[in-house]
Amino acid sequence: MSLVVAQDISKTYLLGSTEVNALSGVSFCLEKSSFISFVGPSGSGKTTLLNLIGCLDKPTTGTLIVCGEDTSKLKYSARADFRGKNIGFIFQDFNLMPVLSVYENTEYPLVMVQNINAAERKKRVELMLDAVGMSGHRDKRPSQLSGGQKQRVAVARALVTNPSLILADEPTANLDHDTSMKIISLMKSMRDNFGTTFVFSTHDPKVVKEAEKVFVLEDGKLVKEEA
Amino acid sequence: MFGILKIASRNLMRYSRRTALTVSLIVIGVVFVSVFVSISGSFKNMMISQITDSMTGHVQVHRKGYMGAVETLPQNMNIKLMGLDRFDNALKDISGVEAISERIKFGGMFSTFTETSNIRLNGIDPEKEYKVVPLLPARILEGSKDLKRGEIIIPRLFANSMKVKVGDTVVVVASNKDGSVNGKQLKVSGIVESATGPGGRDGYVHIEDASEILRMDIPEISEIAIRIKDFDKLHEFEAALTERLSKELNKKGLPMFDVHTWEKLSPFYNIARMIDMMTLFVKILLVAVVLISVLNVMMMAVYERTREIGTAAAIGTRPSKILLLFLSEGLMMGIIGAGLGAAISIAAVYLINLKKITFNFGMQKGIILSASVDYKQLAVISLTVISVALLATLLPAIKASGTEPVNALRHI
Repeated sequence: MSLVVAQDISKTYLLGSTEVNALSGVSFCLEKSSFISFVGPSGSGKTTLLNLIGCLDKPTTGTLIVCGEDTSKLKYSARADFRGKNIGFIFQDFNLMPVLSVYENTEYPLVMVQNINAAERKKRVELMLDAVGMSGHRDKRPSQLSGGQKQRVAVARALVTNPSLILADEPTANLDHDTSMKIISLMKSMRDNFGTTFVFSTHDPKVVKEAEKVFVLEDGKLVKEEA
Repeated sequence: MFGILKIASRNLMRYSRRTALTVSLIVIGVVFVSVFVSISGSFKNMMISQITDSMTGHVQVHRKGYMGAVETLPQNMNIKLMGLDRFDNALKDISGVEAISERIKFGGMFSTFTETSNIRLNGIDPEKEYKVVPLLPARILEGSKDLKRGEIIIPRLFANSMKVKVGDTVVVVASNKDGSVNGKQLKVSGIVESATGPGGRDGYVHIEDASEILRMDIPEISEIAIRIKDFDKLHEFEAALTERLSKELNKKGLPMFDVHTWEKLSPFYNIARMIDMMTLFVKILLVAVVLISVLNVMMMAVYERTREIGTAAAIGTRPSKILLLFLSEGLMMGIIGAGLGAAISIAAVYLINLKKITFNFGMQKGIILSASVDYKQLAVISLTVISVALLATLLPAIKASGTEPVNALRHI
């Protein structure tokens, strides 16, 4: 069974009194443990699509099933629970909590979302920091880290809750090429180690090459699907 | 919960100056209100004790209707022997009485043989009277505090104007309820400090001398002053005594007695109420300061941390947890502010007492201000501040918890 099934989904925004079709008639399936990229120019609907898959927003029409759940039917709190249980997020701007250390940032979802006990939290956080190579920086604050290090912490934070799916919106946009490639290869190795599905959006053609499957979006429509 | 508190404390420390400023405002507010409550409360208590312990007693019982004509000190409205017996019997059913003192109040002419003036006098049994108004002996500035038969204690202002000294012989002339005039030669045994309030400018004679001057063949009294054991239970005592005495009826089937607390006897009760009102307004001011400062800082926090809220919501933090996080921040500011404020208030009151600040109350000069910390009040103020801080945080916290992550993540 596919992890994500989108059937003819569309998303319309109201910009003042003007309707904007961010997505129209998009259908696709994403398999478990896959490494997928959505590409396309700015305004093509990549972020909107990731927001819908990530249950941050609801499609205007169509059906979107994520991890076996029709997410368009979930209420506000239920969507939060669903995200906490099934989905991890990696952001372009890293979005780490500036007041927390590397260790505490990684621990954050376990404290705030999953209510895991202290011993289990410690075990999981240390495992993740080891996995992303940030154990040596565990007490540093985000302001003391480079962009690549911040994104490694973001990867650890996304993986620590053992989600089925990780969504990364332009995860390399604020990184130089070498660092970008390191982050992509880290994400790939995490997929290999933990069996997590990674879905990311990007502009960068070199990063696109690393994806196992690429969906091309243009003007809110899925125009190409490449394996 | 500990994890949320840890994150909340870090968030507060993020803008340490702003947090410090807000907490300082709360501290200043708590200190100001607590010290004001301590000083005004001490002043009020001192004022009340000056009135009750040196003049009125806590409660007075009169014959029904006496107080309506009190200015003329009517002798035909005294409590007679039978009434006294009934009062004594009634009092046996009431607990909490520390002491009682019967008084005969009357007006008369005071003559030094060269000068004559009007005087208001209290006929008292000094032993009983000093138990009901224990501050009265301290008001006797010159002469003996023991009032024996054949002696009179006169107020200082009266003594000055009449040029009378301790040891002088004077004559007091008064008419009784039948209009019969009688006089008695008395020796001035003491001069009492004049005080502001009811009875503050009265003289004192022995109750048996008063009875003799007024030609009372059968004992009568004008009022019964009562001191109770626990002043905080004044109104319970008044209610119980009133209820019990309401059963004592005269021949016409009407109640025989009236019960009055010091509040109904002294105009200073209105000042005491004004002090309470001022205290209330100061407390309202504190609530406003805490409300506005905490609300302001938390609104700013929500605005500045919109992306963080979006991130937290995106990774699956439930709205209730986000609400709890912000409430924890407000609660912490309230607790720290109230705690520090309470500690500083206690120290400030201690320092005020060390300074021995004096003030005048009516004609009494140099009364030392002895402020005391009312721990119950301090607890109420602290809890109010904490509750208001929590309340002020509620609106921004609700806003934060209801933020759509997709919108919050776009926030710059």
